[in-house]
Amino acid sequence: MIDILQILISESFWAASLRISTPLIFGVLGALLCEKSGVLNLGIEGIFVAGAMSGWLAVWLGAGLIGGVIVAGLAGAFFGLIHAILTVPLGLSQHVSGLGVTLFATSLSYFIYRTALPNVSSPPRIEPFRPIDIPIISDIPFLGEIMGQQTAMTWLALLMVFIVWFVLYKTPLGIAIQAVGDNPNSVDAQGLSVYGLRIGSVVAGSALMGVGGAFLTMSAFDAFFFGMVNGRGWVCIALVIFASWKPGKALLGAVLFGAFDALQVRLQTEVGAFVPGQIFLMAPYVLSIFALMIAARKADYPRALLTPWFKGER
Amino acid sequence: MIRIENRNSSSRLFKFSIPIISAVVSLILAAIPLAFAGANIGEAYFVMIKGVFGSVFAVSEMLTRATPLIFTGLAAAVAFRARLWNIGAEGQLYLGAMAAVAIGTGVLDINGFFLLPIIITFGCLMGALGMVVPMALKTRFGADEVVTTLLLNFIILIFLQMMLEGPLKDPMGLGWPQSAPILDQGMLPTLLTRMRVHSGLIIGLVLAIILQIFINRSIWGFKLRAVGENIFAARHAGIGVNKSLLGVAICSGALAGLAGVSEVIGLKGYLTADLSPGFGYTGIVVAMLAGLSPIGVIAAALFIASVFVGADSMSRAMGVSSYLADLVVAMSLICVLIGGFVSNYKLTFTKQKKVTTK
Amino acid sequence: MSAQKVLSLRSLSKKFGSVVANDDVSLDLYVGEILSLLGENGAGKTTLMNMLFGHYLPDNGEILITNKSNQMEQLRLGQPQAAISAGIGMVHQHFTLAENLTVFENITIGVGSLWALKTDKKKAQKKIADIIERSGLVVALSEPVGRLSVGERQRVEILKALYRDARVLVLDEPTAVLTPKEADVLFDNVKAMTDDGLSVIFISHKLREVLEFSDRIVVLRHGQKVGEMLTKDADEQSIAKMMVGESTLISKRVNIQVGNPLLSLEKVSMKGSSRRNRLVDISLKVHEHEILGIAGVSGNGQSTLAELISGLQKPDQGEVVLGTSTVKKLNPKVIVKAGIGRIPEDRHKDGIVGNMTVAENIILESLSEKNIQKFGFLNRGSINSIAEELCSSYDVRGPGIHAHARLLSGGNIQKMILARVFSRNPKIILANQPTRGLDMGAASEVERRLLEARKNGSGILLISEDLDEILRLSDRVLVIHSGVLTEIENMDREQIGLMMAGESL
Repeated sequence: MIDILQILISESFWAASLRISTPLIFGVLGALLCEKSGVLNLGIEGIFVAGAMSGWLAVWLGAGLIGGVIVAGLAGAFFGLIHAILTVPLGLSQHVSGLGVTLFATSLSYFIYRTALPNVSSPPRIEPFRPIDIPIISDIPFLGEIMGQQTAMTWLALLMVFIVWFVLYKTPLGIAIQAVGDNPNSVDAQGLSVYGLRIGSVVAGSALMGVGGAFLTMSAFDAFFFGMVNGRGWVCIALVIFASWKPGKALLGAVLFGAFDALQVRLQTEVGAFVPGQIFLMAPYVLSIFALMIAARKADYPRALLTPWFKGER
Repeated sequence: MIRIENRNSSSRLFKFSIPIISAVVSLILAAIPLAFAGANIGEAYFVMIKGVFGSVFAVSEMLTRATPLIFTGLAAAVAFRARLWNIGAEGQLYLGAMAAVAIGTGVLDINGFFLLPIIITFGCLMGALGMVVPMALKTRFGADEVVTTLLLNFIILIFLQMMLEGPLKDPMGLGWPQSAPILDQGMLPTLLTRMRVHSGLIIGLVLAIILQIFINRSIWGFKLRAVGENIFAARHAGIGVNKSLLGVAICSGALAGLAGVSEVIGLKGYLTADLSPGFGYTGIVVAMLAGLSPIGVIAAALFIASVFVGADSMSRAMGVSSYLADLVVAMSLICVLIGGFVSNYKLTFTKQKKVTTK
Repeated sequence: MSAQKVLSLRSLSKKFGSVVANDDVSLDLYVGEILSLLGENGAGKTTLMNMLFGHYLPDNGEILITNKSNQMEQLRLGQPQAAISAGIGMVHQHFTLAENLTVFENITIGVGSLWALKTDKKKAQKKIADIIERSGLVVALSEPVGRLSVGERQRVEILKALYRDARVLVLDEPTAVLTPKEADVLFDNVKAMTDDGLSVIFISHKLREVLEFSDRIVVLRHGQKVGEMLTKDADEQSIAKMMVGESTLISKRVNIQVGNPLLSLEKVSMKGSSRRNRLVDISLKVHEHEILGIAGVSGNGQSTLAELISGLQKPDQGEVVLGTSTVKKLNPKVIVKAGIGRIPEDRHKDGIVGNMTVAENIILESLSEKNIQKFGFLNRGSINSIAEELCSSYDVRGPGIHAHARLLSGGNIQKMILARVFSRNPKIILANQPTRGLDMGAASEVERRLLEARKNGSGILLISEDLDEILRLSDRVLVIHSGVLTEIENMDREQIGLMMAGESL
């Protein structure tokens, strides 16, 4: 017990938690934005892969780190656009279309990676983002230590939480996005485009997911591996429900999840001799299911989620 | 201005041809990545076709590959017909496979006449369990089965690694994480000498036909369809919706479990953590290509298996990544989705009239 | 009302496929006037208004509206945005409100640029406050719409239109969801607004309201304008005749002695979260040869009562008694087995499986019967002949019994449901809003079947918002308000109206 407490009050533990949660923050925000407009995006898992691969490849080809992030965002937006076209104007099953996008984005990324690097045994490395030191913040005790270990992408993730919150709740655009996810007729009756709002939200949300994927290859690691996303996308879908579609709660959910993941890694080194390591590996997924069980019934679903809308049908 | 209108009825022929057109389109689209990889496109297609149909061995390989896809395709088709989103066939497949090696590697050393049915039944039960749990979470807690089954896939895969390093590990396996071999009498017979195609294929074909009849002709199937098409009307009409869905969950999970059993006792003879290269997920594509019809699953599974086998041999011969196959499969899913839209709706283009002001 | 035109529709026509929805319809609207647009369901009222509002593009014709400098100007067709900025506002029958947003957000949504980072909230609030003061449409701006009553939501809809400086306001069946008293308040508010120069098009099929409330009447039938008159020159008979064409036969109810009780609710309570899904200590009895009418404004517990009797919900307290025995386990299966026929309120949601065939929909509740199944398999031959027979005797018209049920029209779907219900010879029938949205022909067919079943000994629980229908058919009437049932002593329209509004007498 003492050991766990010691872990929980250490700066390095929380620094790791925040690092682990960064791609999830991007992913949860992206999924939240899609779902707020009424579209479930199960393409997230594949979009993570596409973002991770394309961002890394761009940097490897000499685009620079910021260029890599932009490429990852564009890749996400591209796959998001496919999903949006299939589900919004065509009104096809959001479940199946999302899985299709995941399969498409994943296989295309793998194919491009293999074609670009046909015969490498160990994946080539890039120079990833480094932790940045912001003078005033690093002087704050505890928090300064935690933030001092983060890269620009984590800062960007935290900034995005604020931006998504601000846009959704404080701007006319965000009000319209919320309305289209609740009752599309409410924006249609005002002459606004239901399709435009939904497609825009899905594309923007998917771009966020793509950037989240890029964190894996450009900040957490410095190379691309097959299977490196490993279900993180699905975890994000569960976390959105846990967060009841609120950006602040989404941040909390992602960080809690990251903390749990960091804790299991540390526990594994502590008691790994007595318990098979896989028990700890399973924990994050089991935790996601628990989060879903707790939150699902009382979650405040966008009323028009999963429901396609066609012009002139009332 | 484009208008979307509901097509009142589309001819059977039209509906039937959509998956075929989608399959062909996705194969044609494969030329783009082939060109990107710098391959000679004509040669690539030729090598692919030869790789699937060039010899009896090639066809046998294709049928071997199609076998698990028939099972997972049926698992998805049955569930999706009832609008139960079982995305967990991959995990359920491994549950079935683990059940097979738990029993078939020596725990029960009995005559094959008894052993085979026991292995199959136990595998089906474990697969079914893998879908009953998310079903229960759905009815009890309202937890969306899409997310839970997806997450369970990862949990089960990790559990499998744990088992392969623990209780199911082969003591003679030189430290590799793999199970002991299935007893000889626990193996399904092969269909052709010196070929890998095995009688799991026959089981799959028979099950597809049985399911086709049950879904369209039986009361069970009627209820399943009613629940899938309109759960509110089904409940209102006195159909036991939860009971129906539970039946579907069991059936779907068992079929996915059977895919694992069949791979272990028909093909591999032992279990490793890479038994399935995503058969569970590919099964969803198979089901969608089949228009969720069990008989159609057979054709769709043969097509997808051909793509995989063809792409494999093309990859060996020409050095193009075999991920091309996954890409074609994904594209065929997207094509068939769009095709389904075209069959249900028609787009009419109307020109905006010029308004002249007096 | 002045002699100055604000809006003029000229020769508008619209076809959907081969169906003519509007044929050469012209009408004028004057400043400060209330014009009633009357017609049966399917007469083309909604299509006409959708063309006005830019949702549909007319095949023919033009729309003129006065601009800011009082000149008649052509309206760009097929563009909702153009209609809104020209000053046309519409209050749809089904509200177009986002329930997760506040009243203020709903009113201001889509006004101004979507891309603005800052909005002048103060200015907007002041404008709304002004409008509220002038019109009397009081509602709390910071409240989420999800928590408002139906009447309040309607006020938000009207405020939304006025906030966009509407000079022409279309009200599509605005009183369907209101109590008579709420409706009176609405009429007062609208009158106040027309004095301010607003012009109103009022769509309704309630003749009484039209005669009381409007200045002028235009009647549509089969997509054509068949009559136009000043309200002071009109009377109920003449406009009814204009709406329907030749008069349809209205079934006569004859007095029959009621028999034994078939269905009783005894002190049933449901704890709901709002008055919509709450029932308070309800008792009722339906006898043989009896139609028991439940009158009330929708959203006062009718749906919950119907779900209870359909077996979709279990009571928190009290008992449901069939004949003489209490139902222990209430679920739809038990109810179907007990021979209770149900005509559901939302026929598309609860009544049919749209993607299954007409034949399959007809046998939906009879799966366990001998002529339907053999050893767990469907007996196709027998099912088809049953379906054919019922479709012809209930006059279900459509592309045949093997076509998907969703392809039938609303009236034919209802006839198909009648076939399913009545072919099982139910002792008890629950008819929930059985004629809602039907044209007069289909509606009178429904009423005839209900009266025939009553004659043959069935007991019928009729839930309807249409007070005239209730009074026409029922032997006894109960009024439901906020989940409380009250028995009516004498069938007095006035008194029932007051009780529907929740006045205790």
